[in-house]
Amino acid sequence: MHPSYSVIIFTTASGAGYGLLVWLALFRMFGVIPAERWLGFLGLGTALGLITLGLLASTAHLGHPERAWRAFSQWRSSWLSREGIAAMATYVPAGLLGLGWVIFETGGFFLGLVALLAIIGSGITVWCTGMIYASLPTIRQWYQPLVPPVYLAMAMATGGLLYNALAHMFGHGSALSAGAALLAVIAALVIKGLYWRVIDSAPKKYTAEAATGLGHLGKVRPLDPPHTQPNFIMREMGFKVARKHAVKLRGLAIIFAFLIPLFALVLALFAGAPAVSGVAGIVALLSGAVGVIVERWLFFAEAEHVAMLYYGAEAA
Amino acid sequence: MTTLPTSTKKKLGLVIDLDICVGCQACATSCKEWNTGGYSAPLSDIQPYGADPDGAWLNRIHTYEAGTGPEGRTVHFPRSCLHCEEPACVTVCPTGASYKREEDGIVLVNPDTCIGCKLCSWACPYGAREYDPAHGVMKKCTLCVDRIYNENLEEEDRIPACVRACPTGARHFGDLGDPNSDVSKLVAAREGYDLLPEFGYKPVNKYLPPRPRRDAYSQDKSTVAAAPIEPSDNEAGTMAAKLFTWADRMLSR
Ligand code: SF4
Ligand code: SF4
Repeated sequence: MHPSYSVIIFTTASGAGYGLLVWLALFRMFGVIPAERWLGFLGLGTALGLITLGLLASTAHLGHPERAWRAFSQWRSSWLSREGIAAMATYVPAGLLGLGWVIFETGGFFLGLVALLAIIGSGITVWCTGMIYASLPTIRQWYQPLVPPVYLAMAMATGGLLYNALAHMFGHGSALSAGAALLAVIAALVIKGLYWRVIDSAPKKYTAEAATGLGHLGKVRPLDPPHTQPNFIMREMGFKVARKHAVKLRGLAIIFAFLIPLFALVLALFAGAPAVSGVAGIVALLSGAVGVIVERWLFFAEAEHVAMLYYGAEAA
Repeated sequence: MTTLPTSTKKKLGLVIDLDICVGCQACATSCKEWNTGGYSAPLSDIQPYGADPDGAWLNRIHTYEAGTGPEGRTVHFPRSCLHCEEPACVTVCPTGASYKREEDGIVLVNPDTCIGCKLCSWACPYGAREYDPAHGVMKKCTLCVDRIYNENLEEEDRIPACVRACPTGARHFGDLGDPNSDVSKLVAAREGYDLLPEFGYKPVNKYLPPRPRRDAYSQDKSTVAAAPIEPSDNEAGTMAAKLFTWADRMLSR
Protein backbone atom coordinates (compact mmCIF):
# COMPACT_ATOMS: atom_id res chain seq x y z
CA MET A 1 0.00 0.00 0.00
CA HIS A 2 1.16 3.48 -0.78
CA PRO A 3 2.55 5.09 2.41
CA SER A 4 0.98 8.53 2.32
CA TYR A 5 2.68 11.09 4.51
CA SER A 6 -0.54 12.57 5.82
CA VAL A 7 -1.61 9.20 7.22
CA ILE A 8 1.84 8.50 8.67
CA ILE A 9 1.86 11.87 10.44
CA PHE A 10 -1.73 11.38 11.53
CA THR A 11 -1.20 7.99 13.15
CA THR A 12 2.19 8.72 14.72
CA ALA A 13 1.42 12.21 16.03
CA SER A 14 -2.03 11.45 17.36
CA GLY A 15 -0.75 8.14 18.75
CA ALA A 16 2.01 9.88 20.70
CA GLY A 17 -0.46 12.56 21.81
CA TYR A 18 -2.93 10.02 23.18
CA GLY A 19 -0.10 8.10 24.82
CA LEU A 20 1.12 11.25 26.55
CA LEU A 21 -2.41 12.11 27.59
CA VAL A 22 -2.82 8.68 29.18
CA TRP A 23 0.44 8.94 31.13
CA LEU A 24 -0.32 12.48 32.33
CA ALA A 25 -3.85 11.58 33.37
CA LEU A 26 -2.70 8.40 35.05
CA PHE A 27 0.06 10.03 37.09
CA ARG A 28 -2.14 13.00 37.97
CA MET A 29 -4.93 10.67 39.02
CA PHE A 30 -2.65 8.91 41.48
CA GLY A 31 -1.05 12.16 42.57
CA VAL A 32 2.39 11.14 41.34
CA ILE A 33 2.82 14.54 39.76
CA PRO A 34 1.54 17.74 41.37
CA ALA A 35 -1.23 19.87 39.87
CA GLU A 36 1.31 22.44 38.75
CA ARG A 37 0.02 24.99 36.27
CA TRP A 38 2.91 25.00 33.81
CA LEU A 39 3.44 21.28 33.81
CA GLY A 40 -0.24 20.81 33.10
CA PHE A 41 -0.25 23.52 30.47
CA LEU A 42 2.75 22.27 28.60
CA GLY A 43 1.99 18.58 29.09
CA LEU A 44 -1.65 18.61 28.13
CA GLY A 45 -0.92 21.29 25.53
CA THR A 46 1.62 19.02 23.87
CA ALA A 47 -0.70 16.04 24.04
CA LEU A 48 -3.72 17.85 22.64
CA GLY A 49 -1.52 19.71 20.14
CA LEU A 50 -0.15 16.45 18.75
CA ILE A 51 -3.61 14.90 18.64
CA THR A 52 -5.03 17.91 16.84
CA LEU A 53 -2.08 18.07 14.45
CA GLY A 54 -2.62 14.40 13.64
CA LEU A 55 -6.34 14.81 13.06
CA LEU A 56 -5.74 17.82 10.83
CA ALA A 57 -3.09 15.90 8.90
CA SER A 58 -5.57 13.09 8.38
CA THR A 59 -7.95 15.46 6.66
CA ALA A 60 -5.16 16.54 4.31
CA HIS A 61 -5.48 13.37 2.25
CA LEU A 62 -9.23 13.76 1.84
CA GLY A 63 -10.70 14.83 -1.45
CA HIS A 64 -13.20 17.02 0.39
CA PRO A 65 -11.83 18.03 3.82
CA GLU A 66 -14.68 20.51 4.25
CA ARG A 67 -17.07 17.59 4.45
CA ALA A 68 -15.06 15.80 7.14
CA TRP A 69 -17.84 16.29 9.71
CA ARG A 70 -19.91 13.77 7.78
CA ALA A 71 -17.50 11.08 8.93
CA PHE A 72 -19.11 11.10 12.38
CA SER A 73 -22.33 9.61 11.06
CA GLN A 74 -21.65 5.93 10.35
CA TRP A 75 -20.46 4.62 13.71
CA ARG A 76 -22.76 1.62 13.34
CA SER A 77 -20.53 0.00 10.76
CA SER A 78 -17.39 2.02 10.14
CA TRP A 79 -14.28 1.98 12.33
CA LEU A 80 -13.12 5.20 10.73
CA SER A 81 -16.33 6.85 11.83
CA ARG A 82 -16.00 5.37 15.34
CA GLU A 83 -12.47 6.67 15.55
CA GLY A 84 -13.59 10.17 14.64
CA ILE A 85 -16.29 10.14 17.29
CA ALA A 86 -13.99 8.69 19.96
CA ALA A 87 -11.40 11.35 19.12
CA MET A 88 -13.94 14.17 19.48
CA ALA A 89 -15.40 12.70 22.68
CA THR A 90 -11.94 12.44 24.26
CA TYR A 91 -11.44 16.20 23.91
CA VAL A 92 -14.13 16.71 26.56
CA PRO A 93 -12.53 14.96 29.58
CA ALA A 94 -9.07 16.01 28.35
CA GLY A 95 -10.22 19.63 28.22
CA LEU A 96 -11.85 19.42 31.66
CA LEU A 97 -8.72 17.85 33.07
CA GLY A 98 -6.73 20.71 31.60
CA LEU A 99 -9.14 23.25 33.03
CA GLY A 100 -8.92 21.92 36.57
CA TRP A 101 -5.19 21.37 36.37
CA VAL A 102 -4.07 24.57 34.65
CA ILE A 103 -6.61 27.13 35.87
CA PHE A 104 -7.41 25.87 39.34
CA GLU A 105 -4.34 23.75 40.04
CA THR A 106 -6.49 21.22 41.85
CA GLY A 107 -6.95 17.50 41.99
CA GLY A 108 -9.75 15.78 43.84
CA PHE A 109 -12.43 13.29 43.00
CA PHE A 110 -13.92 15.12 40.04
CA LEU A 111 -10.58 15.55 38.33
CA GLY A 112 -9.73 11.94 39.05
CA LEU A 113 -12.90 11.00 37.27
CA VAL A 114 -12.21 13.11 34.18
CA ALA A 115 -8.64 11.81 34.13
CA LEU A 116 -10.02 8.28 34.07
CA LEU A 117 -12.41 9.21 31.25
CA ALA A 118 -9.55 10.78 29.30
CA ILE A 119 -7.57 7.55 29.66
CA ILE A 120 -10.47 5.42 28.49
CA GLY A 121 -11.23 7.76 25.59
CA SER A 122 -7.61 7.76 24.45
CA GLY A 123 -7.43 3.98 24.58
CA ILE A 124 -10.63 3.59 22.59
CA THR A 125 -9.53 6.11 19.98
CA VAL A 126 -6.18 4.45 19.36
CA TRP A 127 -7.83 1.03 19.30
CA CYS A 128 -10.25 2.29 16.64
CA THR A 129 -7.31 3.57 14.56
CA GLY A 130 -5.88 0.07 14.61
CA MET A 131 -9.25 -1.45 13.77
CA ILE A 132 -9.57 0.69 10.63
CA TYR A 133 -6.70 -1.39 9.27
CA ALA A 134 -7.42 -4.66 11.06
CA SER A 135 -10.92 -4.80 9.61
CA LEU A 136 -9.77 -4.96 5.97
CA PRO A 137 -9.67 -8.59 4.77
CA THR A 138 -8.12 -7.39 1.52
CA ILE A 139 -4.72 -6.84 3.13
CA ARG A 140 -3.04 -9.83 4.74
CA GLN A 141 -0.55 -7.77 6.77
CA TRP A 142 -3.33 -5.67 8.29
CA TYR A 143 -6.09 -8.21 8.76
CA GLN A 144 -4.44 -9.35 11.98
CA PRO A 145 -5.71 -9.26 15.57
CA LEU A 146 -2.34 -7.87 16.63
CA VAL A 147 -2.76 -4.62 14.70
CA PRO A 148 -4.81 -2.69 17.31
CA PRO A 149 -2.47 -3.82 20.13
CA VAL A 150 0.49 -2.67 18.02
CA TYR A 151 -1.08 0.78 17.62
CA LEU A 152 -1.86 0.97 21.32
CA ALA A 153 1.61 -0.19 22.35
CA MET A 154 3.34 2.23 19.99
CA ALA A 155 1.17 5.06 21.32
CA MET A 156 2.00 4.22 24.93
CA ALA A 157 5.71 3.91 24.13
CA THR A 158 6.02 7.18 22.23
CA GLY A 159 3.75 8.90 24.76
CA GLY A 160 5.89 7.48 27.56
CA LEU A 161 9.06 8.87 26.00
CA LEU A 162 7.39 12.25 25.68
CA TYR A 163 6.16 12.16 29.24
CA ASN A 164 9.56 11.25 30.61
CA ALA A 165 11.28 14.07 28.71
CA LEU A 166 8.63 16.56 29.84
CA ALA A 167 8.76 15.45 33.46
CA HIS A 168 12.50 16.08 33.46
CA MET A 169 11.96 19.59 32.16
CA PHE A 170 9.88 20.34 35.23
CA GLY A 171 12.15 18.58 37.64
CA HIS A 172 9.74 15.71 38.11
CA GLY A 173 11.85 13.25 36.19
CA SER A 174 12.17 10.16 38.29
CA ALA A 175 12.76 6.47 38.27
CA LEU A 176 9.02 6.20 37.80
CA SER A 177 8.84 8.33 34.66
CA ALA A 178 11.85 6.61 33.07
CA GLY A 179 10.68 3.22 34.27
CA ALA A 180 7.19 3.68 32.86
CA ALA A 181 8.60 4.69 29.49
CA LEU A 182 11.04 1.78 29.62
CA LEU A 183 8.27 -0.72 30.28
CA ALA A 184 6.13 0.73 27.50
CA VAL A 185 9.03 0.55 25.03
CA ILE A 186 9.75 -3.06 25.96
CA ALA A 187 6.06 -3.97 25.62
CA ALA A 188 5.91 -2.28 22.21
CA LEU A 189 9.05 -4.09 21.07
CA VAL A 190 7.60 -7.44 22.08
CA ILE A 191 4.23 -6.81 20.44
CA LYS A 192 5.70 -5.34 17.26
CA GLY A 193 8.23 -8.18 17.06
CA LEU A 194 5.40 -10.69 17.37
CA TYR A 195 3.46 -8.83 14.70
CA TRP A 196 6.39 -9.01 12.29
CA ARG A 197 6.75 -12.74 12.93
CA VAL A 198 3.04 -13.26 12.33
CA ILE A 199 2.92 -11.37 9.03
CA ASP A 200 6.09 -13.05 7.79
CA SER A 201 4.51 -16.46 8.20
CA ALA A 202 0.92 -15.54 7.33
CA PRO A 203 -0.05 -17.69 4.35
CA LYS A 204 -0.94 -16.02 1.06
CA LYS A 205 -4.48 -17.26 0.72
CA TYR A 206 -5.44 -15.81 -2.64
CA THR A 207 -3.95 -16.40 -6.06
CA ALA A 208 -4.29 -14.90 -9.52
CA GLU A 209 -6.05 -18.15 -10.47
CA ALA A 210 -8.67 -17.64 -7.75
CA ALA A 211 -9.05 -13.95 -8.55
CA THR A 212 -9.87 -14.67 -12.19
CA GLY A 213 -11.50 -18.05 -11.66
CA LEU A 214 -9.39 -19.43 -14.51
CA GLY A 215 -7.28 -21.81 -12.45
CA HIS A 216 -8.83 -24.87 -14.09
CA LEU A 217 -7.04 -23.87 -17.29
CA GLY A 218 -3.67 -23.69 -15.59
CA LYS A 219 -1.40 -20.90 -14.48
CA VAL A 220 -2.78 -17.39 -15.06
CA ARG A 221 -0.39 -14.72 -16.35
CA PRO A 222 -1.17 -11.18 -17.44
CA LEU A 223 -0.69 -10.82 -21.19
CA ASP A 224 -2.00 -7.38 -22.02
CA PRO A 225 -2.70 -4.72 -19.37
CA PRO A 226 -6.01 -2.83 -19.51
CA HIS A 227 -4.25 0.52 -19.64
CA THR A 228 -0.85 1.81 -20.69
CA GLN A 229 -0.07 3.90 -17.58
CA PRO A 230 -0.57 3.01 -13.91
CA ASN A 231 -4.06 3.83 -12.66
CA PHE A 232 -5.33 4.68 -9.18
CA ILE A 233 -5.45 1.03 -8.12
CA MET A 234 -1.86 0.36 -9.17
CA ARG A 235 -0.52 3.49 -7.50
CA GLU A 236 -2.54 3.13 -4.29
CA MET A 237 -2.38 -0.64 -3.80
CA GLY A 238 0.63 -1.55 -5.91
CA PHE A 239 3.31 0.21 -3.88
CA LYS A 240 6.01 -2.30 -3.08
CA VAL A 241 9.13 -2.05 -1.01
CA ALA A 242 11.95 -4.34 -2.06
CA ARG A 243 12.42 -7.22 0.37
CA LYS A 244 16.02 -6.29 1.14
CA HIS A 245 15.05 -2.68 1.80
CA ALA A 246 12.26 -3.81 4.07
CA VAL A 247 14.70 -5.88 6.10
CA LYS A 248 17.03 -2.90 6.43
CA LEU A 249 14.22 -0.58 7.39
CA ARG A 250 12.93 -3.00 9.98
CA GLY A 251 16.41 -3.01 11.45
CA LEU A 252 16.40 0.79 11.57
CA ALA A 253 12.95 0.83 13.14
CA ILE A 254 14.07 -1.61 15.80
CA ILE A 255 17.21 0.40 16.55
CA PHE A 256 15.59 3.83 16.63
CA ALA A 257 12.15 3.06 18.01
CA PHE A 258 13.20 0.50 20.58
CA LEU A 259 16.88 -0.19 21.20
CA ILE A 260 18.30 3.34 21.51
CA PRO A 261 15.38 4.49 23.74
CA LEU A 262 15.83 1.33 25.78
CA PHE A 263 19.53 1.95 26.45
CA ALA A 264 19.00 5.65 27.05
CA LEU A 265 16.25 4.95 29.57
CA VAL A 266 18.30 2.35 31.39
CA LEU A 267 21.08 4.92 31.53
CA ALA A 268 18.59 7.49 32.84
CA LEU A 269 17.45 5.07 35.53
CA PHE A 270 20.92 4.41 36.84
CA ALA A 271 22.63 7.68 36.08
CA GLY A 272 21.88 9.34 39.40
CA ALA A 273 22.62 12.83 38.08
CA PRO A 274 19.35 14.46 36.92
CA ALA A 275 21.16 16.27 34.09
CA VAL A 276 22.34 12.96 32.62
CA SER A 277 18.86 11.43 32.99
CA GLY A 278 17.33 14.50 31.36
CA VAL A 279 19.64 14.36 28.37
CA ALA A 280 19.17 10.60 28.08
CA GLY A 281 15.41 11.14 28.11
CA ILE A 282 15.65 13.62 25.26
CA VAL A 283 17.87 11.28 23.24
CA ALA A 284 15.35 8.50 23.82
CA LEU A 285 12.50 10.73 22.68
CA LEU A 286 14.19 11.96 19.50
CA SER A 287 15.30 8.48 18.54
CA GLY A 288 11.83 7.10 19.25
CA ALA A 289 10.27 9.75 17.03
CA VAL A 290 12.47 8.77 14.09
CA GLY A 291 11.87 5.09 14.78
CA VAL A 292 8.09 5.30 14.92
CA ILE A 293 7.97 7.11 11.58
CA VAL A 294 10.03 4.35 9.96
CA GLU A 295 7.84 1.75 11.66
CA ARG A 296 4.67 3.40 10.38
CA TRP A 297 6.04 3.88 6.87
CA LEU A 298 6.78 0.17 6.76
CA PHE A 299 3.33 -0.71 8.08
CA PHE A 300 1.97 0.70 4.84
CA ALA A 301 4.80 -0.17 2.48
CA GLU A 302 4.84 -3.85 3.48
CA ALA A 303 1.08 -4.25 3.12
CA GLU A 304 -0.04 -6.15 0.03
CA HIS A 305 -3.50 -5.72 -1.45
CA VAL A 306 -5.48 -8.54 -3.02
CA ALA A 307 -6.54 -6.36 -5.97
CA MET A 308 -2.98 -6.53 -7.28
CA LEU A 309 -3.70 -10.12 -8.27
CA TYR A 310 -5.38 -8.65 -11.33
CA TYR A 311 -2.20 -6.77 -12.13
CA GLY A 312 0.33 -9.54 -12.08
CA ALA A 313 0.78 -10.42 -8.41
CA GLU A 314 0.81 -14.21 -8.17
CA ALA A 315 -0.51 -14.49 -4.63
CA ALA A 316 -1.63 -12.19 -1.84
CA MET B 1 -26.48 4.61 5.60
CA THR B 2 -23.59 2.21 5.38
CA THR B 3 -25.17 -0.68 7.18
CA LEU B 4 -26.24 -3.15 4.52
CA PRO B 5 -29.84 -3.97 3.72
CA THR B 6 -30.70 -7.45 5.03
CA SER B 7 -32.04 -8.36 1.63
CA THR B 8 -32.69 -6.57 -1.64
CA LYS B 9 -35.82 -6.87 -3.76
CA LYS B 10 -33.77 -7.48 -6.86
CA LYS B 11 -30.16 -8.36 -7.51
CA LEU B 12 -29.39 -6.45 -10.65
CA GLY B 13 -26.05 -7.30 -12.13
CA LEU B 14 -24.00 -8.37 -15.09
CA VAL B 15 -23.07 -11.73 -16.50
CA ILE B 16 -19.83 -11.67 -18.44
CA ASP B 17 -19.03 -14.38 -20.91
CA LEU B 18 -15.29 -15.00 -20.94
CA ASP B 19 -15.73 -17.45 -23.78
CA ILE B 20 -16.67 -14.86 -26.32
CA CYS B 21 -15.22 -11.59 -25.06
CA VAL B 22 -12.64 -10.49 -27.62
CA GLY B 23 -11.07 -7.74 -25.52
CA CYS B 24 -12.08 -5.00 -27.94
CA GLN B 25 -12.54 -2.40 -25.16
CA ALA B 26 -15.87 -1.29 -26.61
CA CYS B 27 -17.60 -1.69 -23.23
CA ALA B 28 -14.90 0.27 -21.40
CA THR B 29 -15.01 3.07 -23.94
CA SER B 30 -18.77 3.19 -23.95
CA CYS B 31 -18.83 3.17 -20.14
CA LYS B 32 -16.43 6.08 -19.99
CA GLU B 33 -18.39 7.98 -22.59
CA TRP B 34 -21.73 7.53 -20.86
CA ASN B 35 -20.52 8.10 -17.34
CA THR B 36 -18.46 11.15 -18.08
CA GLY B 37 -21.67 12.89 -19.06
CA GLY B 38 -24.16 11.14 -16.82
CA TYR B 39 -24.82 10.69 -13.13
CA SER B 40 -22.32 12.43 -10.81
CA ALA B 41 -19.58 14.75 -12.07
CA PRO B 42 -17.54 13.90 -15.19
CA LEU B 43 -15.17 10.97 -14.95
CA SER B 44 -12.09 13.07 -15.19
CA ASP B 45 -8.87 12.42 -17.00
CA ILE B 46 -5.61 14.01 -15.94
CA GLN B 47 -3.30 14.89 -18.83
CA PRO B 48 -5.17 12.64 -21.24
CA TYR B 49 -2.82 13.53 -24.10
CA GLY B 50 0.33 13.95 -22.02
CA ALA B 51 3.19 11.57 -21.40
CA ASP B 52 1.65 10.17 -18.25
CA PRO B 53 -2.09 10.08 -18.74
CA ASP B 54 -4.31 9.16 -15.83
CA GLY B 55 -8.00 8.96 -15.27
CA ALA B 56 -10.88 7.29 -13.53
CA TRP B 57 -12.52 4.43 -15.42
CA LEU B 58 -15.24 2.17 -14.12
CA ASN B 59 -14.49 -0.80 -16.31
CA ARG B 60 -11.09 -2.26 -17.14
CA ILE B 61 -10.41 -5.01 -19.65
CA HIS B 62 -7.49 -7.25 -18.80
CA THR B 63 -6.06 -9.92 -21.05
CA TYR B 64 -4.60 -13.00 -19.43
CA GLU B 65 -2.91 -16.11 -20.62
CA ALA B 66 -4.29 -19.11 -18.79
CA GLY B 67 -2.58 -22.46 -18.88
CA THR B 68 0.25 -23.62 -21.09
CA GLY B 69 0.60 -25.93 -24.05
CA PRO B 70 -2.33 -26.94 -26.19
CA GLU B 71 -4.79 -26.19 -23.41
CA GLY B 72 -3.39 -22.75 -22.84
CA ARG B 73 -5.38 -19.82 -24.11
CA THR B 74 -5.86 -16.10 -24.11
CA VAL B 75 -8.75 -14.89 -21.97
CA HIS B 76 -10.04 -11.33 -22.14
CA PHE B 77 -11.30 -10.37 -18.74
CA PRO B 78 -13.49 -7.31 -18.14
CA ARG B 79 -13.38 -6.13 -14.54
CA SER B 80 -15.80 -3.73 -12.87
CA CYS B 81 -17.81 -3.49 -9.65
CA LEU B 82 -19.62 -6.76 -8.95
CA HIS B 83 -22.35 -5.12 -6.84
CA CYS B 84 -21.64 -7.55 -4.03
CA GLU B 85 -24.37 -8.56 -1.62
CA GLU B 86 -22.20 -8.11 1.46
CA PRO B 87 -19.43 -5.73 0.49
CA ALA B 88 -17.11 -4.19 3.04
CA CYS B 89 -16.63 -1.24 0.70
CA VAL B 90 -20.01 -0.04 1.96
CA THR B 91 -19.67 -0.83 5.66
CA VAL B 92 -16.25 0.83 6.05
CA CYS B 93 -17.46 4.13 4.61
CA PRO B 94 -17.51 6.71 7.43
CA THR B 95 -19.90 9.13 5.80
CA GLY B 96 -22.66 6.97 4.42
CA ALA B 97 -21.75 8.12 0.91
CA SER B 98 -21.36 4.47 -0.11
CA TYR B 99 -24.57 2.54 0.02
CA LYS B 100 -26.33 -0.49 -1.34
CA ARG B 101 -29.82 0.08 -2.65
CA GLU B 102 -32.57 -1.93 -1.06
CA GLU B 103 -34.74 -1.93 -4.17
CA ASP B 104 -32.30 -3.39 -6.68
CA GLY B 105 -29.01 -4.11 -4.92
CA ILE B 106 -26.97 -1.55 -6.85
CA VAL B 107 -23.94 -0.27 -4.92
CA LEU B 108 -23.50 3.47 -5.35
CA VAL B 109 -21.45 6.40 -4.09
CA ASN B 110 -23.20 9.67 -3.35
CA PRO B 111 -20.86 12.26 -4.88
CA ASP B 112 -22.33 15.01 -2.71
CA THR B 113 -21.39 13.42 0.61
CA CYS B 114 -18.24 11.42 -0.21
CA ILE B 115 -15.21 12.95 1.51
CA GLY B 116 -12.72 11.10 -0.67
CA CYS B 117 -11.05 9.16 2.15
CA LYS B 118 -10.48 6.20 -0.21
CA LEU B 119 -11.10 3.64 2.52
CA CYS B 120 -13.77 1.91 0.43
CA SER B 121 -11.29 1.29 -2.37
CA TRP B 122 -9.01 -0.40 0.16
CA ALA B 123 -11.86 -2.66 1.22
CA CYS B 124 -12.68 -3.88 -2.30
CA PRO B 125 -10.73 -7.01 -3.28
CA TYR B 126 -11.65 -6.56 -6.92
CA GLY B 127 -10.00 -3.18 -7.45
CA ALA B 128 -13.32 -1.89 -8.70
CA ARG B 129 -13.31 1.61 -7.22
CA GLU B 130 -11.22 4.38 -8.68
CA TYR B 131 -10.66 7.73 -7.04
CA ASP B 132 -11.26 10.81 -9.14
CA PRO B 133 -8.63 13.36 -8.08
CA ALA B 134 -10.22 16.17 -10.05
CA HIS B 135 -13.46 15.88 -8.09
CA GLY B 136 -12.11 14.50 -4.86
CA VAL B 137 -14.63 11.70 -4.69
CA MET B 138 -14.69 7.96 -5.28
CA LYS B 139 -16.08 6.66 -8.55
CA LYS B 140 -17.40 3.24 -9.35
CA CYS B 141 -19.73 1.37 -11.70
CA THR B 142 -23.33 2.54 -11.20
CA LEU B 143 -24.78 -0.25 -13.32
CA CYS B 144 -25.93 2.73 -15.38
CA VAL B 145 -28.61 3.53 -12.86
CA ASP B 146 -29.30 6.63 -14.96
CA ARG B 147 -30.03 4.51 -18.05
CA ILE B 148 -31.82 1.43 -16.85
CA TYR B 149 -34.80 3.32 -15.40
CA ASN B 150 -34.59 6.21 -17.83
CA GLU B 151 -37.87 6.63 -19.62
CA ASN B 152 -36.40 9.24 -21.94
CA LEU B 153 -34.43 6.49 -23.60
CA GLU B 154 -35.74 3.93 -26.03
CA GLU B 155 -36.66 0.67 -24.36
CA GLU B 156 -33.70 -1.14 -25.95
CA ASP B 157 -31.30 1.43 -24.54
CA ARG B 158 -32.42 0.93 -20.94
CA ILE B 159 -29.51 -1.36 -20.21
CA PRO B 160 -26.00 -0.53 -19.04
CA ALA B 161 -23.87 1.21 -21.67
CA CYS B 162 -21.31 -1.62 -21.63
CA VAL B 163 -23.94 -4.24 -22.39
CA ARG B 164 -25.37 -2.08 -25.16
CA ALA B 165 -21.95 -1.56 -26.72
CA CYS B 166 -20.56 -5.10 -26.65
CA PRO B 167 -20.32 -6.22 -30.28
CA THR B 168 -20.02 -9.91 -29.44
CA GLY B 169 -22.81 -10.23 -26.91
CA ALA B 170 -20.41 -11.15 -24.13
CA ARG B 171 -22.22 -9.01 -21.56
CA HIS B 172 -25.68 -9.62 -20.17
CA PHE B 173 -27.73 -7.59 -17.74
CA GLY B 174 -30.60 -8.68 -15.54
CA ASP B 175 -31.95 -9.70 -12.15
CA LEU B 176 -29.74 -12.43 -10.72
CA GLY B 177 -32.02 -12.73 -7.72
CA ASP B 178 -34.80 -14.12 -9.90
CA PRO B 179 -34.04 -17.76 -10.78
CA ASN B 180 -36.28 -17.50 -13.85
CA SER B 181 -34.57 -14.51 -15.40
CA ASP B 182 -32.58 -14.99 -18.59
CA VAL B 183 -29.34 -14.14 -16.83
CA SER B 184 -29.97 -16.64 -14.03
CA LYS B 185 -30.75 -19.36 -16.58
CA LEU B 186 -27.59 -18.50 -18.47
CA VAL B 187 -25.54 -18.72 -15.30
CA ALA B 188 -27.08 -22.08 -14.47
CA ALA B 189 -26.54 -23.46 -17.96
CA ARG B 190 -22.96 -22.31 -18.27
CA GLU B 191 -21.86 -22.82 -14.66
CA GLY B 192 -21.25 -19.16 -14.06
CA TYR B 193 -19.03 -18.42 -11.10
CA ASP B 194 -18.13 -15.79 -8.50
CA LEU B 195 -14.73 -14.12 -8.32
CA LEU B 196 -12.94 -14.84 -5.03
CA PRO B 197 -15.94 -16.46 -3.32
CA GLU B 198 -13.72 -17.15 -0.28
CA PHE B 199 -13.95 -13.47 0.55
CA GLY B 200 -17.58 -13.75 1.43
CA TYR B 201 -18.60 -10.48 -0.25
CA LYS B 202 -21.04 -12.51 -2.40
CA PRO B 203 -20.62 -10.80 -5.77
CA VAL B 204 -23.84 -10.47 -7.77
CA ASN B 205 -22.06 -10.29 -11.15
CA LYS B 206 -21.17 -13.66 -12.54
CA TYR B 207 -18.52 -14.80 -14.99
CA LEU B 208 -19.09 -17.55 -17.53
CA PRO B 209 -15.97 -19.68 -17.99
CA PRO B 210 -14.38 -20.21 -21.40
CA ARG B 211 -15.86 -23.33 -23.01
CA PRO B 212 -13.62 -26.37 -23.47
CA ARG B 213 -11.77 -26.32 -26.76
CA ARG B 214 -13.26 -28.22 -29.65
CA ASP B 215 -10.58 -27.74 -32.27
CA ALA B 216 -7.83 -29.93 -33.63
CA TYR B 217 -5.59 -29.23 -30.65
CA SER B 218 -7.86 -30.77 -28.08
CA GLN B 219 -9.25 -33.44 -30.44
CA ASP B 220 -5.88 -34.99 -31.08
CA LYS B 221 -3.25 -33.75 -28.71
CA SER B 222 -0.71 -36.36 -29.82
CA THR B 223 -0.26 -35.00 -33.32
CA VAL B 224 -0.25 -31.27 -32.72
CA ALA B 225 2.59 -29.45 -31.08
CA ALA B 226 2.06 -26.60 -28.67
CA ALA B 227 3.91 -24.10 -30.82
CA PRO B 228 1.83 -21.28 -32.30
CA ILE B 229 1.07 -21.61 -35.97
CA GLU B 230 3.75 -19.97 -38.08
CA PRO B 231 3.44 -19.97 -41.85
CA SER B 232 5.87 -22.59 -43.07
CA ASP B 233 7.40 -22.23 -46.50
CA ASN B 234 5.18 -24.58 -48.39
CA GLU B 235 2.04 -23.54 -46.56
CA ALA B 236 2.50 -19.82 -46.71
CA GLY B 237 1.35 -19.60 -50.26
CA THR B 238 -2.31 -20.36 -49.69
CA MET B 239 -4.69 -17.50 -49.09
CA ALA B 240 -6.44 -19.33 -46.30
CA ALA B 241 -3.24 -19.86 -44.36
CA LYS B 242 -2.33 -16.21 -44.64
CA LEU B 243 -5.73 -15.15 -43.47
CA PHE B 244 -5.58 -17.55 -40.58
CA THR B 245 -2.18 -16.31 -39.51
CA TRP B 246 -3.38 -12.73 -39.66
CA ALA B 247 -6.52 -13.47 -37.66
CA ASP B 248 -4.56 -15.39 -35.11
CA ARG B 249 -2.20 -12.48 -34.62
CA MET B 250 -4.96 -9.94 -34.31
CA LEU B 251 -6.98 -11.96 -31.86
CA SER B 252 -4.14 -12.81 -29.60
CA ARG B 253 -3.00 -9.20 -29.23
S1 SF4 C 1 -16.92 -5.20 -6.33
FE1 SF4 C 1 -15.83 -3.96 -4.84
S2 SF4 C 1 -16.77 -1.92 -5.02
FE2 SF4 C 1 -18.19 -3.39 -5.97
S3 SF4 C 1 -19.63 -3.96 -4.32
FE3 SF4 C 1 -18.00 -5.53 -4.38
S4 SF4 C 1 -16.52 -4.79 -2.84
FE4 SF4 C 1 -17.83 -3.04 -3.35
S1 SF4 D 1 -14.02 7.61 -0.32
FE1 SF4 D 1 -16.14 8.35 -0.13
S2 SF4 D 1 -17.41 6.55 -0.54
FE2 SF4 D 1 -15.34 5.81 -0.11
S3 SF4 D 1 -15.29 5.35 2.10
FE3 SF4 D 1 -14.56 7.48 1.87
S4 SF4 D 1 -16.40 8.74 2.07
FE4 SF4 D 1 -17.12 6.65 1.70
